Amino acid sequence: MADNFFLPQASLDTLFAALAKDGRRILAPTDRDGRTELNPVDKPADVAKDYLQTILSAKEAAFPKVERLMSFTTGSKSVDLVDAEPHALPTVLFGVRPCEASGFRALDAVFNWDTRDRFFNARMEALAVIGVACTRKDDACFCTSVGGGPGSTAGSDILLTPVDGGFLAEVLTEKGKAMAALAPEAFKADPGLEKKVVDVPVAFDQPGLTRRLKDRFEDGIWVEQSLRCVGCGACAYVCPTCVCFDIVEESDAKGGHRLRTWDSCGGHMFTLHASGHNPRETQAQRWRQRVYHKFSYYPERYDMLGCVGCGKCTRACPVDMNLQEHLAEAAQA
Amino acid sequence: MTDTNIYLPHLMRIAKITEEAPAVKTFRLEFMDAAAAAAFSFETGQFGLYSAFGEGESTFCIASSPTRKGYIECTFREAGRVTAALADKEEGDVVGFRGPYGNRFPIEQWKGKNLVFIAGGIALPPLRSVIWNCLDLRDWFKDITIVYGARSVADLVYKDELKEWEARPDVNLVVTVDPGGDVPGWTGKVGFVPPVVEALNPSPDNTIALVCGPPIMIKLTLPVLAKLGFPPEAIFTTLENRMKCGLGKCGRCNTGSSYVCKDGPVYTLEQLNSLPAEY
Repeated sequence: MADNFFLPQASLDTLFAALAKDGRRILAPTDRDGRTELNPVDKPADVAKDYLQTILSAKEAAFPKVERLMSFTTGSKSVDLVDAEPHALPTVLFGVRPCEASGFRALDAVFNWDTRDRFFNARMEALAVIGVACTRKDDACFCTSVGGGPGSTAGSDILLTPVDGGFLAEVLTEKGKAMAALAPEAFKADPGLEKKVVDVPVAFDQPGLTRRLKDRFEDGIWVEQSLRCVGCGACAYVCPTCVCFDIVEESDAKGGHRLRTWDSCGGHMFTLHASGHNPRETQAQRWRQRVYHKFSYYPERYDMLGCVGCGKCTRACPVDMNLQEHLAEAAQA
Repeated sequence: MTDTNIYLPHLMRIAKITEEAPAVKTFRLEFMDAAAAAAFSFETGQFGLYSAFGEGESTFCIASSPTRKGYIECTFREAGRVTAALADKEEGDVVGFRGPYGNRFPIEQWKGKNLVFIAGGIALPPLRSVIWNCLDLRDWFKDITIVYGARSVADLVYKDELKEWEARPDVNLVVTVDPGGDVPGWTGKVGFVPPVVEALNPSPDNTIALVCGPPIMIKLTLPVLAKLGFPPEAIFTTLENRMKCGLGKCGRCNTGSSYVCKDGPVYTLEQLNSLPAEY
């Protein structure tokens, strides 16, 4: 059960100062050159005022675009390995939307289902999330179709919902309590504020979609829907739950680094064998894999969805593929 | 809680290099760290990720038998950046190894059965691990048949071991090369693997078939085995989807909800039939 408080707008300064004094970096949506991105901020005034969402996702705080897995130096008949320490700064993610906050669960499912990924876990342990509920939406949003909601508390340590003069603050977890305890004077007694969030209509029957996928693998719908797809991978790179990665090396004659980078199942080389054989040769097969991975394989393997309905993929797509519409079509009998 | 770095390889010294065929080599590898060597064990069918530091990692099966202790072997064809860098290595050089990864052939369940191994080209290495494992436990099994085909005589790998298997009275070895791949004096068969298997006509009774080869060979051999009466649960193969992590995380080897690197690489035909044909 959450502890509810009122957080006056002016008290955000107190909270930010207390978090900074505690040695925590604050990442929040900022407006730069017409783009809303997550960046380090010092004070609430730096936070974007009227954003819907950031372009990239919050996953970067736990799973960066590029990170070092190890380094090595090479001699004539020797190799020395240097283990890599996760660059895990104590971080507060401020202002992420509930859809994105809930996305970390899907990353955790993959990074820890069997062996534990040190790099992801170190960052998650150092991470706390102050989410902000949604009072606006756009046509790409479909959180309520995938089990979320504009006021969902899942994944947030504290969830703020805008109200007159400030926020209703729901302190949800031990990490949330620890943050609130850094600035107790900022949190006022809750005068019984009503939590008002935007209405996001349910766009399709998700359990029905997951059931339908069982017998639609060979359906022509995947070819039709993917005809426009250029395989650029933008959808995967902006996605809060896409976790597929590549492992590459940067080196010179004396040594180098082994790095992990984001990757996308939309690229034709993702599954290409050295022999030239490619299990997913066509863009239609790769589009189908994206939908099945999130709505069939994730439920089967991890008992959850690999999609939070944030709509970032739809907004980022250069050829206007609309995930929500495609899923609604696929869910139909 | 501090997690270990699951992506960190072991360092291994190349103890021996064998030139198997054009652009195909076998490395015998020994752990450089005694503790790592002592802690290491694997089972037949498992694979590893081999590093040429500076170029990256590549995935191959462990081609030696777990009954042969103190080293592991891998056999690879030069096909890309990493394998080209590995091919440049000399005896005494250092490479990286992560593993063993994946599942295994359940050979203890095959006690008292006949075994038919069917391999094509550079896909003999994964079966070679099982073959030696089973030959080292020869009493467990009844008849052992090995059918091996390659494009040409020069492309046959493990040439010395083929002679050894041929000489054994307890192994029935059939070697074939593709039409046009023979040379004067060739005493083996000439023909593609699927019709050679069909002509050999192995009995499916109490028999396990293991098939490993290029996709086209597997695709054409499975119907032959079905025609001969082999049930899908008695046919085993090992998939080699592209992999990067080997740990069920990077997503590259997904076939349906299955990770080939974790749930495979060993599958029965019965299991493959339940997966999308994306391998």
